[in-house]
Amino acid sequence: MFAVCVRRWNGGRRRSDADCYDNSTIFIPHCPRGTFMKGYNFAYLDEQTKRMIRRALLKAVAIPGHQVPFGSREMPLPYGWGTGGIQVTASVLGRDDTLKVIDQGADDTTNAVSIRQFFARTAGVRTTTHTGEATVIQTRHRIPEETLRENQIIVYQVPQPEPLYRLEPSRVETKRMHALADYGLMHVKLYEDVARLGQISISYDYPVMVNNRYLMSPSPIPAFDNPKMNRMPALQLFGAGREKRIYAIPPWTEVRSLDFDDHPFRPINAHQACGLCGATDSYKDEVITDDLGGRMFVCSDTDHCEQRRAATVQRHGPARPGHRAVSGPSDETGDDGSGAPRHGEAATP
Amino acid sequence: MNIGLEAGFADPVPDAQRCFRAVLDAMAHPGRIAHAAGVTAPYPLGTAAAAVVLTLVDHETPLWLDSDAATARQWIEFHCGAPVVADPAACGFALALALPDLRRLPAGSHESPETSATVICQVASFDTGTAYRLSGPGLREPAVLTVQDLPRDFVSIWRRNHALFPRGIDLILCAGDRLTALPRTVAIEEV
Amino acid sequence: MAYVAVKGGERAIRNAHTWLAEERRGDPAVPDLGLDQIREQLGRAIDRVMAEGSLYDPDLAALAIKQAQGDLIEAAFLLRAYRTTLPRFAHARPVDTAAMRAARRISAIFKDLPGGQTLGPTYDYTHRLLDFELAENQPPPDAPRAAPDLSPVPRVPDILGREGLLEADGPMDAEPGDLTREPLSFPAGRDIRLQALARGDEGFLLAMGYSTQRGYGGSHPFAGEVRMGEVSVEIEPPELGFAIDIGDLTVTECQMVNQFKGSKTQLPQFTRGYGLVFGFSERKAMSMALVDRAMRAEELGEDVTAPAQNPEFVLYHSDNIEATGFVEHLKLPHYVDFQSELQNVRRLREAVERREAAE
Repeated sequence: MFAVCVRRWNGGRRRSDADCYDNSTIFIPHCPRGTFMKGYNFAYLDEQTKRMIRRALLKAVAIPGHQVPFGSREMPLPYGWGTGGIQVTASVLGRDDTLKVIDQGADDTTNAVSIRQFFARTAGVRTTTHTGEATVIQTRHRIPEETLRENQIIVYQVPQPEPLYRLEPSRVETKRMHALADYGLMHVKLYEDVARLGQISISYDYPVMVNNRYLMSPSPIPAFDNPKMNRMPALQLFGAGREKRIYAIPPWTEVRSLDFDDHPFRPINAHQACGLCGATDSYKDEVITDDLGGRMFVCSDTDHCEQRRAATVQRHGPARPGHRAVSGPSDETGDDGSGAPRHGEAATP
Repeated sequence: MNIGLEAGFADPVPDAQRCFRAVLDAMAHPGRIAHAAGVTAPYPLGTAAAAVVLTLVDHETPLWLDSDAATARQWIEFHCGAPVVADPAACGFALALALPDLRRLPAGSHESPETSATVICQVASFDTGTAYRLSGPGLREPAVLTVQDLPRDFVSIWRRNHALFPRGIDLILCAGDRLTALPRTVAIEEV
Repeated sequence: MAYVAVKGGERAIRNAHTWLAEERRGDPAVPDLGLDQIREQLGRAIDRVMAEGSLYDPDLAALAIKQAQGDLIEAAFLLRAYRTTLPRFAHARPVDTAAMRAARRISAIFKDLPGGQTLGPTYDYTHRLLDFELAENQPPPDAPRAAPDLSPVPRVPDILGREGLLEADGPMDAEPGDLTREPLSFPAGRDIRLQALARGDEGFLLAMGYSTQRGYGGSHPFAGEVRMGEVSVEIEPPELGFAIDIGDLTVTECQMVNQFKGSKTQLPQFTRGYGLVFGFSERKAMSMALVDRAMRAEELGEDVTAPAQNPEFVLYHSDNIEATGFVEHLKLPHYVDFQSELQNVRRLREAVERREAAE
């Protein structure tokens, strides 16, 4: 038995350049804002697929932390690049939304740029790099430093939704464990860590209990970000495309990082202040500045860092050393097209 | 073609998206009132109930109708293509003008609690009626929802449903062009 | 000013794409490769891409192969992504392989049989010598021709089945599942398992099937029959009430016949492993049949000890689009998590050093 479909493309004759994919990966012809690609539905997915995902999302919100299976579709980006997050965002997004996309906390990482372009062109929505301006934020590996508001939605890209998979690879078995809330395996693992190393050794994708019932993977965010999930005012949605699971945490829901009374959860971060904005309470990337051991620490959240520096400039004028380099060489003059991250360049005068 | 039926969404893609966001908002903030629009509802449905059906129900979702909602059956079948089932235990969605017996609807299994039914129930009003105090995920602090037309013993009906967690029914309430939601996680008591 | 870095990323991506396009084209002095050339002369590549891309369309497969520079997994991925956007207007009836217009049909378990053995266009008995005449674009010699025999060729298992020596085929009544709409769940029925295998990676299935032959879940297979040819696709529009032929597919089918010692409730008899793939790919159809049979171990009361007998292991790892994405995603930035691990390892080392200093 086969599903019978019709293709739109006929034997090599393009209808128009704007109708076709022109390149091998994800280059999508430019569309002005407010319009979107011809030949495709708003936000790429067809309405039937969106309805299926929307139903899964509602059940996910009603059962916080429970992984809801969904009929994940093949997207024009590879599995592992955020297909789950993209499908969730595509099902949620409307014309009036403002979208922010980050990877590693940064708006300018290539995959974040690529996903932002995908939605700018398939949905024609407004995009932003400012956390406060966004109504929908899609993220890989970080939660923004700025506290999210009620009525914002954060969509996490999830590579592996099953928090127990390193301990029990069979999903038939882990499903049974979730049904029984039998999380003994995880507690034993953490206990062994403490016995052997004197502390819990998980530094990212640190498992959490949601609403005191489901053990959940927070996605590979650093454990530093875990406390932000607890009673977050925004709605948190999680999409795992390859593993075909969706889950959610409603606003103001209790999210507890697993620990022991005598070994409480301790998030890890560099002790150093940000070399650009001086922040001490943000999560830092370590930037290697030379091959002699030189390094500096800078905010991983680029928007947060830029806003702090902009505020400093307003107060003290633009004399702060390194500031010029901070915003990077301009697009017209300095960019060599290498795609190297600009954010850390302030380190090299 | 005129088949004597009211139209579906005027602008299906954005209308469905807006209605979904209204339902998502309500499900994420139990008891919060949201608005729906964009559809001329068929008798006896209001705008919100009709929009929610168009937004969530299709040929993949078996639908059960109570006798009053069945008046709109032709419209639903035409616009959604949903298979209408006679047995409430076989449904994914239930559309009703009076709260059905939740025990007759699928509550999901412990392994797959998401397979439970969602009830779309049309009520008279959110302005007058009984006041309920809601608490649980989605609520910063307990909230009050006023609903006219739920059964007199709704609090004990709901207590039974809530106690099934993670199994349980989720409820979308519609009144005119307004809607709200009560996911299984919410605890309800009378004010 | 805050957006400058973002533009840099956009430009980098754009430049990468134009470089890629130039690299794809190669030396412009060499004529551009036509899709018709790919379709006509790289048939096995077309077949593999259609099978793993789950979309039977030789023209689109040719485009995908050209676009992917001959990377067949990338080409299958292009077809899969395109497939997502296609509306479905009907479901076909099951194809009838007994009515296949077979270009090839062989059985390893009978010397001769009704319908005869037909070698067809096979590499089986070619000597693998590089053919330098091919490099000189010599036209092929004329192949001898005969009037086609259009009478249906009975399937070998059907012949065996009459004696009751071979298990009956499974029931046909249930509507088959569809992995592309409903995610995998377990226990997975044979319909779902077969669909996953038909879409699965040829190399993975080959290795899995091979492992059963080397003792990891062996099932004593015999190639009951391998056939390749055209079958008709029919749909039955509800408003018509009868089936109409909408086109032909080339498929390869393998019926593996495996020993089974019998159980308390069943007499000893042969069991089946089944393979069916788009296009001409005996390697895949035969591997699929081996793995299908291996995954029936539990159903047949055999010990489940080997990877190929574990449906969860096989089905979660057979899809090369999923696999390639997840393996390759490791090249995306992971510096936030790595930073966490760096700090973590430093902290662990400090703790040890503190302990040692105190001792």
